[in-house]
Amino acid sequence: MITEEKQHIDQKLVSILNQVFDPEIPVLSIIDMGVVRNAVIENDMVKVQITTTYSGCPAMDVIGDDIKKAMKEAGYESEIELILSPAWTTDWITPKGRKALENYGIAAPLEADADKEALLGNKKLVKCTNCGSMNTKLVSQFGSTACKALFKCNDCLEPFDYFKCLK
Amino acid sequence: MKTNLYKYILLIADNSLILGQRLGELCGHGPNLETDIACTNISLDLFGQTRSYYQYAAKLKGDNSTEDDVAFLRKEQDYLNVLLVEQPNTDFAYIMARQFLFDVYHLLFLNELQKSHDVTLSAIAVKSIKEVSYHQRFSSDWIKRLGDGTSESHQKTQNAINDLWTYTDELFHQTDADKKMIIEGIGVDVTKLKESYYKRVVEVLQEATLEVPESKWFQKGGKQGIHTEHLGFILSDLQYMQRTFPNMTW
Repeated sequence: MITEEKQHIDQKLVSILNQVFDPEIPVLSIIDMGVVRNAVIENDMVKVQITTTYSGCPAMDVIGDDIKKAMKEAGYESEIELILSPAWTTDWITPKGRKALENYGIAAPLEADADKEALLGNKKLVKCTNCGSMNTKLVSQFGSTACKALFKCNDCLEPFDYFKCLK
Repeated sequence: MKTNLYKYILLIADNSLILGQRLGELCGHGPNLETDIACTNISLDLFGQTRSYYQYAAKLKGDNSTEDDVAFLRKEQDYLNVLLVEQPNTDFAYIMARQFLFDVYHLLFLNELQKSHDVTLSAIAVKSIKEVSYHQRFSSDWIKRLGDGTSESHQKTQNAINDLWTYTDELFHQTDADKKMIIEGIGVDVTKLKESYYKRVVEVLQEATLEVPESKWFQKGGKQGIHTEHLGFILSDLQYMQRTFPNMTW
């Protein structure tokens, strides 16, 4: 079995990594998304380990390139390593990241049990990001990207995305 | 090279590749927008998993092999996927029945694979379980909806289950690579998954008011590289670019 490894990000690199965003959710920095597991400087070389969100997420290759670019602009050469373990979970999205998602129009992930009820259409637990109503319904368990489901508000009638809980 | 481990990885990964390709054929052709997006999302998850497996396989193979070589440059008989996943997208009932019959197995399999002594396989399994749980929920839901739907959807789903049933037993067939990997603590003993599999499948079929097929005659061969005629057509699509423009890259 895999043991949880501690996240370690060099303080000097945090501000640089905070400027790199998920290309598909451009308000969420990769730090707030929780995909950066380690970032250290060794002999003038920056080594960054990122973990994939969903296995097939096409954004990961772009994120790797964007980190390299940001590091270069800050004067660092860098190596990016994509790691599989520990597997990413939506719990790693920071409170700031959750807020950014909501403001962008994507409902933040619920806890695992509530998420299951919501995605089976059993209970109304997902709040409309447009008007705040809880009177919403699931339109599709799968959405515009692997990490989202599609909902619709019964009150303001706006469709919106919900970031699925992944644990 | 660790031949048995390499072969064992293909036995797992080829299922995801071929099913992913089948689902990918539906891009823009699903019965409605939501199911179209769902099938291609599932396809993307499966391709992502396949990439992780093939990257590992390519590393074992050495001589500068890449994941793309493993995916695109093998002959039909070198693919080791089960016959179930290569069956065609006859209609939406077949697509969901195939998905459901595979998802139930896939989830049981990954649950065991995460205990593997091979850290890479274990890590891929831990990651994939999260995705495959969604797949299983989706396909089980559709089997119930179609089976317990109109008389037409019921009949079509029953036909699909009856036709695909013959490919289910192969999932639990042990190959030599399986046996060697089990001894090393790396592989999963699929024979032990059979009971839980049929239990879960029967539960869903009953809830869907569908009949459980009684046929005891099963098809196998995929794990030995002996496929139905459908695989050749899939590969001619899948491998087209690499065969036409050898060594092309994006």
